[in-house]
Amino acid sequence: MALAYQAGAPLKDMEFMQYHPTGLPFTGILITEAARAEGGYLINKDGYRYLQDYNLGQPTPKPTLRNMELGPRDRLSQAFVKEIERGRGIETPYGQVVHLDLRHLGEKIINTRLPFVRELCLKYENIDPITELIPVRPVVHYMMGGVSTDSEGATPLRGLYAAGEVACVSINGANRLGSNSLAEILVFGARAGKAAAKAALEQKPPGPSVTAQALDEQHRLEGEFLHKRGGRERIAVLRSEMTKAMESGAGIYRNRKSLDDAAAKLSELKERYKNIVIDDRSRTFNTELTAALELGCMLEVSSTIVESALYRTESRGAHQRLDFPERDDKNWLAHTMVSRKSDGSARTEKLPVVITRWPPAQRVYGVQSQVKETAVR
Amino acid sequence: MAETIILEVTRYSPEQDTEPHLQRYEVPLRKDWVVLDALNYIKDKIDGSLTFRWSCRMGICGSCGMMVNGEPKLTCATFLSSYAAHGVIRVQPLRYFPVIRDLVVDIGDFLSKLQSVKPWLIPKEQTQTFEGEYLQTPEQLDVYKQFSMCINCMLCYAACPVYGLDPVFIGPAAIALAQRYNMDSRDTGAQERMDVLAQHEGIWGCTFVGDCTKACPKHVDPAGAIQQYKLTATVDRLKSLLTPWGSK
Repeated sequence: MALAYQAGAPLKDMEFMQYHPTGLPFTGILITEAARAEGGYLINKDGYRYLQDYNLGQPTPKPTLRNMELGPRDRLSQAFVKEIERGRGIETPYGQVVHLDLRHLGEKIINTRLPFVRELCLKYENIDPITELIPVRPVVHYMMGGVSTDSEGATPLRGLYAAGEVACVSINGANRLGSNSLAEILVFGARAGKAAAKAALEQKPPGPSVTAQALDEQHRLEGEFLHKRGGRERIAVLRSEMTKAMESGAGIYRNRKSLDDAAAKLSELKERYKNIVIDDRSRTFNTELTAALELGCMLEVSSTIVESALYRTESRGAHQRLDFPERDDKNWLAHTMVSRKSDGSARTEKLPVVITRWPPAQRVYGVQSQVKETAVR
Repeated sequence: MAETIILEVTRYSPEQDTEPHLQRYEVPLRKDWVVLDALNYIKDKIDGSLTFRWSCRMGICGSCGMMVNGEPKLTCATFLSSYAAHGVIRVQPLRYFPVIRDLVVDIGDFLSKLQSVKPWLIPKEQTQTFEGEYLQTPEQLDVYKQFSMCINCMLCYAACPVYGLDPVFIGPAAIALAQRYNMDSRDTGAQERMDVLAQHEGIWGCTFVGDCTKACPKHVDPAGAIQQYKLTATVDRLKSLLTPWGSK
């Protein structure tokens, strides 16, 4: 994403970063939605199914679509933040969590329908979901935004094609539904691959100027990283400060102040990045060099997230502004496009949304969603 | 429990060293840390040049396999605390593979072996996408499901004494993968795969030690697959001897 952006391709909808509501603390390992589809409960420190307090419906005897634990990822992650604010979370060495309760499903269902969930819990958390509660919290999961492409995977930069999570072909809107990334990569991966192959065949082989440009870039990387002397900042320290700044400034809920703080922190980190230390001078499988390059890219991508989130003054899907809590279709039924200016700063602008078969409607959950369903039928 | 534990890690840089050597690091001994967390601690805080592969940290990607105190392990699923009594954990690259650097091995040979068994569905007739899926019942899935759990982590190769002696041996995971497709009700490629496997006489060298199955973090049972395969291959051979006109 950063490479495309630096080469001049615009990124689209970068403010929409999906949190998955049920990850294990510390490792961030995901406990699949299937655990809730089979009937798992999300409970607070009092054992109470707190989602009923957040306009997500009431408990039903059997799991119901668009109700309680089967509400959408963004709304469940937001409910977690509110529940923690009310002081009803559980404190752990890795911060506040809630519990995912599968115990009432029984050994048979867990072993036949959710064997991998049990294996992950046993192997990585040392707990058995048949008898114990699983600690969970929302974890950063999927970027809805990405390199803007058309339905053939072509970006506005001639010759550059993208598909999958790195791209934004706009099938996921502001909140991807579970499993749609698989459909996305199968369909648009094939389309982009075919289109790119066709374009490559029609293209003349690269001339000497391209080779010279590649050589320049190689020399730059050697100068700035491999042959670099001195430097004091450790890659892991900057990476961890970046993660914290993004989590607190551009996380599940944002506002102008938190985003400004994140932007300031990112500028500071970009300055310090120039002064990183590289222990590894080897040209063989140098993973520290790749970590350094990745960090530079992540700082760049983080900035585009913050700039896009500042730009969109409304709340929609995974982008929740506390200072603009309502969805505003009048002004913001639009994509955010962010491109890199020659001085390295970001330029944001709107692109109209193409509406095809399904016009945007009100999002309702719980009993209301069934009422709506009946009305549609 | 002690506060720290010692990791003895293989270091080898082809640009500087003629031989691999061990380097000692002291790392915090935390209850929820696995060996991979300790390696990342070293890389992040002590020595950025320590080189190893990893990606998912949840037993899916199969890239963090190493020898831990002499046994092939996924380092993401191996708790430090299991070795607290030893006081020292020795971490070395996967056995029987050429080392590129430190804990990173060359996986080229393994990948070409996997590829050679045609690990994809070979249906009787190729259908178009719009004609729909190749359907299968849960019972038909159960027949091969266990073999489909392989994550290509290569621990079974590092555990296999036959592969250690004869690197031409196609190896446990590749045979298990071949069986995964051979036993799939939608597949008709068993004969093609048998032609590939038959070229590797190594399969008959497998003495059913079963170390591959013990090492497998996903309970795939490659040893079982090899025995099954030997049986089918023998029957096939007998058939072709007895009825040379109708075996193919």
